[in-house]
Amino acid sequence: MKPFAYVRAGSVEEATDAFAARPGARYLGGGTNLVDLMKLGVETPAALIDITRLPLDAVEPLPDGSLRVGALVRNSDLAAHPAVRDRYPALSQALLAGASGQLRNAATTGGNLLQRTRCPYFQDISKPCNKREPGTGCGALRGVHRDHAVLGHSPHCVATHPSDLAVALAALDARVELYGPEGGRSLSAADFHRLPGTRPEQDTEIRPGELITGVLLPAATAGLPSVYRKARDRASYAFALASVAAVLHCSDGVVDRVGLAFGALAHRPWRARRAEEALLGVAPTAAAFEHAVDLELAAAEPLGENAYKVPLARRLALDVLGRLAPVSPI
Amino acid sequence: MTGTTGTETVLGAPAERREGREKVTGTARYAAEYDGPARAHAWPVPATVARGRVTAVDAGPALALPGVLAVLTHENAPRLAEPDDPILAVLQNPRVPHRGWFVALVVAESLEAAREGADAVRVAYEAEPHDVTLTASHPDAYTPENANGGYPAVREHGDPDAAFAAAEVRVDVEYRVPPLHNHPMEPHASTARWDEGHLVVRTSSQGTGPVRAALAKVFELPEERITVSAEHVGGGFGSKGTPRPDVVLAAMAARHTGRTVTVAFPRRRLPAVVGHRAPTLHRLRLGAGRDGGLVSLSHEVTTHSSRIKEFVEQAAVPARVMYAAPHLRSVHRVVRLDVPTPSWMRAPGESPGMYALESAMDELAAELGVDPVELRVRNEPAADPDTGRPFSSRHLVECLREGARRFGWAARDPRPRSGAAGALLIGTGVAAATYPVMAAPSRASAWALPDGTFLVRVNATDIGTGARTVLAQVAADALGVPLDRVGIEVGSTELPAAPLAGGSSGTASWGWAVHEACARLADRLTTLPGPVPEAGLGAHADTAGQADAESRYSRHAFGAHFAEVAVDTVTGEVRVRRMLGVYAAGRILNARTARSQFVGGMTMGLGMALTEGSHLDPAFGDFAESDLASYHVPAHADVTDIEAHWLQEDDPHLNPMGSKGIGEIGIVGSAAAIGNAVHHATGIRFRELPLTPDRVLTGLLAHEAPPGTFGG
Repeated sequence: MKPFAYVRAGSVEEATDAFAARPGARYLGGGTNLVDLMKLGVETPAALIDITRLPLDAVEPLPDGSLRVGALVRNSDLAAHPAVRDRYPALSQALLAGASGQLRNAATTGGNLLQRTRCPYFQDISKPCNKREPGTGCGALRGVHRDHAVLGHSPHCVATHPSDLAVALAALDARVELYGPEGGRSLSAADFHRLPGTRPEQDTEIRPGELITGVLLPAATAGLPSVYRKARDRASYAFALASVAAVLHCSDGVVDRVGLAFGALAHRPWRARRAEEALLGVAPTAAAFEHAVDLELAAAEPLGENAYKVPLARRLALDVLGRLAPVSPI
Repeated sequence: MTGTTGTETVLGAPAERREGREKVTGTARYAAEYDGPARAHAWPVPATVARGRVTAVDAGPALALPGVLAVLTHENAPRLAEPDDPILAVLQNPRVPHRGWFVALVVAESLEAAREGADAVRVAYEAEPHDVTLTASHPDAYTPENANGGYPAVREHGDPDAAFAAAEVRVDVEYRVPPLHNHPMEPHASTARWDEGHLVVRTSSQGTGPVRAALAKVFELPEERITVSAEHVGGGFGSKGTPRPDVVLAAMAARHTGRTVTVAFPRRRLPAVVGHRAPTLHRLRLGAGRDGGLVSLSHEVTTHSSRIKEFVEQAAVPARVMYAAPHLRSVHRVVRLDVPTPSWMRAPGESPGMYALESAMDELAAELGVDPVELRVRNEPAADPDTGRPFSSRHLVECLREGARRFGWAARDPRPRSGAAGALLIGTGVAAATYPVMAAPSRASAWALPDGTFLVRVNATDIGTGARTVLAQVAADALGVPLDRVGIEVGSTELPAAPLAGGSSGTASWGWAVHEACARLADRLTTLPGPVPEAGLGAHADTAGQADAESRYSRHAFGAHFAEVAVDTVTGEVRVRRMLGVYAAGRILNARTARSQFVGGMTMGLGMALTEGSHLDPAFGDFAESDLASYHVPAHADVTDIEAHWLQEDDPHLNPMGSKGIGEIGIVGSAAAIGNAVHHATGIRFRELPLTPDRVLTGLLAHEAPPGTFGG
């Protein structure tokens, strides 16, 4: 392995300064993905800025009813937090659907969002991958791609984003809080990850040196019925084949708030805006759900081996929306 | 049987594993953990083309790194004599027979430096077009002389085609089993040093004897100048049954550098170099009368092997022993492709073969409207259908009946899709199991010591099965002494020679010799005039001529598997709710370790049915799934309720303990029981493993909606 420097940061500013001072640096949180990638030779950082001592490990209710989750809150702790379980059940369910108990104990909120695809071509440095090494081509496109994207992919990359957490955050209208050389800012969780386009090496909208400091769960979706459901090859410790997070609220017999996001279908959590638009203001019937979900998935372009993902995502979404509907949909 | 552990006879008692405490406290040492003075580490460099030759190796950048001691390639590595197994001819020539074949080895002061060095080696190739795709109609398919295990590739009785054509009821179906990987917890590893011309090796293997023989051959040394030991082995499942390149590379690197060298394969390298279960394509033709009696049974298998070695998974072999079909054909064909060399994986042959045969039997039962347990009972043969020999013991029917009783089979509604519970479809299935009884000659010695204890020495290998413990029980039983007075040494070529742990034959082979040695020692002790002398009193045994004597009996263990599954109609996810196995495997020698073997085999069968499988990447030529995150062995959450039971079976035609092997039969047929349960649940036949949501959902959709419509 390539030798690297190690710096332990005492504050957010110290971390971002250290990052700026060392080209090729990476922030180190739980290390559950970064360290693996270093072993594989996919990541070869010149320096690791250890951020695990930063004071970003709290879950704080804010006066406006929102909930701020520090970037270093461990996945297990976040899943078990009473406020999360009570007010954002889809988030707790998504976390518990991810990885294994040991990994959840180590993995952080910020790190979870920044984990890389598990595409086997990305992980194997002897094979082409535009995400790992721009311009080398996409191995998955001509290789094995049962687990790959059906939405929003490009000829340059067909990888999916592996996070469960991010899918729930997208549906819940969460925001990702960042701090960097130009100060603090926040992005909608649904827009934090990118589609690959011609630059698959760029997973997210994060700028060089920016650090995720936290995630803000808005008051608007607090306490609304929400569900996360994931289909996978085995009952635990497997990435999603497809997953859905949904938030649904109705009043006077019509949908007045809905958030729907798919996981494992695209290079980012797929916020189903078209489906949401179709549902707002209409009665939560089975036919309305089907119409909305089909509208969203009409954009799907399966690669061949992964065609099953489209009906799988459709059925997951209909199941989840059906469960969230105030009366059993007809 | 006079030995006791207090209240129970010692043979059969659930004695705890002798090394259990060392293992769970982390003090048991494995091959890569022998940290001798000035030990160096080596890291292999895999080929990145699927077929071709190495045209140049630039070791300069690697050698320039601090800590790198040497870079071995086909140009400078020690020359080896030709091994019996071509996979051991590492770094001898520039040919690349498959992707992942090792083309260089970097030796360094530390593991990290070796790894960095391996990344820095620059290898140039002349790549050639490759073919890694197995099809039943592949133009290069041929019928070999023998399949693995020395079984003839083809056996035929009567006129299976004519009998099939004339049969009242016919099932003609194809099944596919994908490549499967052993993936033991401890990857393959060896530590080697040369001590004044003597080669000393610690290795992770199922048998140190075969390792020593292979090293003697390639390094052209007498076996006396080689010591191989394997004190603890973290699983093998067949992949450590034959010597692997790690041990040859470690010995080469140690010779080249004059250092102690450890080679521990990274997990991701295993699929390419430690064998795999080859994919198998099955065609089953079953012809039966309306009464359910089989008149014709044909099982034809097509599989792959590598360019360098013919290994033919003997998947049609169990069809020769299972059912009374007067017209019987079993055929193996193989295609040599640019793939890694396949090898043994738990119940080679029986495991995929019985998946296919027992699935086809279920299809026949459905076709006939006969209960699948009953169909098997009706086809119970009076003698071995292939050889005509009588069975030494065969209690398949009893296993099926006992399993059915315990499982609650009688209450089953036989109609497919009769067990809906909300979005779940619940179903149950059954399948039979079989595994041959094997044994090989072994030596052992037994010593009485002056302090009243005993020591048994035998080069058995305990790969986690509990062999040490069971052999001590055999010894205590034969000596008629309490178990805690018997010490045992295993796992070294310095001990009396013994065969490897494989083919479910270890305990039978080693135990036979241990029993003989201990019985002789007991005799000597009864005639000993005074106390045991200071140097101890010994007795020796060698079962050559006995253990390998031809039997006039057909000897097999049998069993029955029952499974209940839930199929989620939303996602196509299949989960096993409960599994139950009943076995007739002769005398069970340790209830605790035997249960562990059965349950372990069933769990592996669950994996084969639902989660395990890899893809040969047509573009790049290697297995796409190379780590434990992508190659899905069952997780704890997948394994909820598994029961293993056994019948008391007395068989006087086996060995002095009366035991049959139990290491493999648990996986045999268990995948079929699960697949049959999925059919019962859904009414759909899935004929390709594993039953992952992509396949099952696709089947459910086709069942719900006519082809061509979206969703459903």
